[in-house]
Amino acid sequence: MADVLSRYDVLGAFWTTIQLAVLSSVGALLLGTLVAVLRVSPIRVLQLLGTGYVNTFRNTPLTLLMVFSLLGATYILGLSLAADIGANAFRWAVVMLSVYHAAFVCEALRSGVNTVPIGQAEAARSIGLTFGQSLREVILPQAFRGAVAPLGSVLIALIKNTTVAAVIGVSDAAGLMSEVVENETGTVSVFLVFALGFVVLTLPLGILFTSLSRRLAVRR
Amino acid sequence: MIVRRIRAALAVSAAACLALAACGGGSSAGSAGAGSSGGGAGLKIGIKFDQPGLGLKQGEKYTGMDVDVATYVAGKLGTDASKITWIQAPSAQRETLLSTGQVDLVVATYSITDARKQKVSFAGPYFVAGQDLLVRSDETAITGPDTLAGKKLCSVKGSTSAQKVKDKYPGVQLQELGTYSECVAALVSKGVDALTTDDTILAGYAAQDQYKGKLKVVGKTFSTERYGIGLKKGDAAMCQKVTDAIKAMVSDGSWQKTVDANLGAAGYKAGAGNPPTPDACA
Repeated sequence: MADVLSRYDVLGAFWTTIQLAVLSSVGALLLGTLVAVLRVSPIRVLQLLGTGYVNTFRNTPLTLLMVFSLLGATYILGLSLAADIGANAFRWAVVMLSVYHAAFVCEALRSGVNTVPIGQAEAARSIGLTFGQSLREVILPQAFRGAVAPLGSVLIALIKNTTVAAVIGVSDAAGLMSEVVENETGTVSVFLVFALGFVVLTLPLGILFTSLSRRLAVRR
Repeated sequence: MIVRRIRAALAVSAAACLALAACGGGSSAGSAGAGSSGGGAGLKIGIKFDQPGLGLKQGEKYTGMDVDVATYVAGKLGTDASKITWIQAPSAQRETLLSTGQVDLVVATYSITDARKQKVSFAGPYFVAGQDLLVRSDETAITGPDTLAGKKLCSVKGSTSAQKVKDKYPGVQLQELGTYSECVAALVSKGVDALTTDDTILAGYAAQDQYKGKLKVVGKTFSTERYGIGLKKGDAAMCQKVTDAIKAMVSDGSWQKTVDANLGAAGYKAGAGNPPTPDACA
């Protein structure tokens, strides 16, 4: 088993997975926060926009988004993100992973917003803070602390969902696994090695987020 | 009281498990026996369900060269066409399907390779294919793998064809997608300039109704893929029977007929080495 895998760049493939995960989680966090702000804003049109975003992307299969980014966006609409085919696929994968998981980040954050007592928002407005100020100074900091656990779950889901990027040719762990299976025939040990790789990535994160959620929780 | 009930429930489910296991073991042993004695008890054959011209499932109908070869071989083994159970055999699952006895034969664009021979046995080859290029019919610049520099080429992620292109022709821009159908869609929408894999698979797509006249196979193969019929490892008696069946199929003309019927529509001609002489069974 070891000699089979030594012929493949397993670490390189997992490095691509990590790059995908880090870039997409930053993108998802930024976009998701923005959508959450839209959803809790007092303006009806913005609320509808946020709700529409979440309902669209939370209910679309990620594989579909991924394949659309190439067959639809790149080839038919001509929206290429890089001249090089590999870089284009990688960037689209980051975009689609961000867009998809932003919907889940938004909902996690909104659950965090709900942990902040309504009296605090009212107090913030009554001392003259604008909506933006009260959000920035009072609501969101507490919302993030209350949403650490669900955000951790979204991040773990995102890391595992990076495997979907293989369908548009990104050379991540899942892509390498299909190569190994093609050449060496699929055995349980091949699957176990790749599964173990993901456990190594996600298990410490799960533990970290559980302890963070305990330490950061706002005591009320 | 509750503990006793749980214990009883466990005992019952354990007994059920044992009974099921016994049934499973018994039936698989039975079918294996029937298969190797060539009886008419039916055969389970693994094919591709999504490869036009080779193995394609449309409703309850199965068509393609692999299906025809499998039906012919099953006939020689004494199994009527109506008694064949077709089972989907995606590339990654073929060895497992055979070694666990879920299928008796695999006829699914299954190239004979040394790595695979360690897990399963092969009869054949019944066809010699080669890696080739599929292009739009108005394409003139691409005439073979050496004219691909700077062009966009599509293949399936992880496939042997994709790996070969990466190793041998590093100047080519390779787009890897999940399935060949997606590659064909990208080719038709001019997102990529060519699609590469076995010429048989390419010919199957070029012959599909919706692509007729729009695509052509370049016809300059740059590898040799020897398609064999996969069998359970070490089943020499079965291997001999299947090999004889393939020989009979070539000599009585049915082989040529089935190749023409399934792949001929796009002007495809079977390349060098066809019709093949099956290897001796090990």
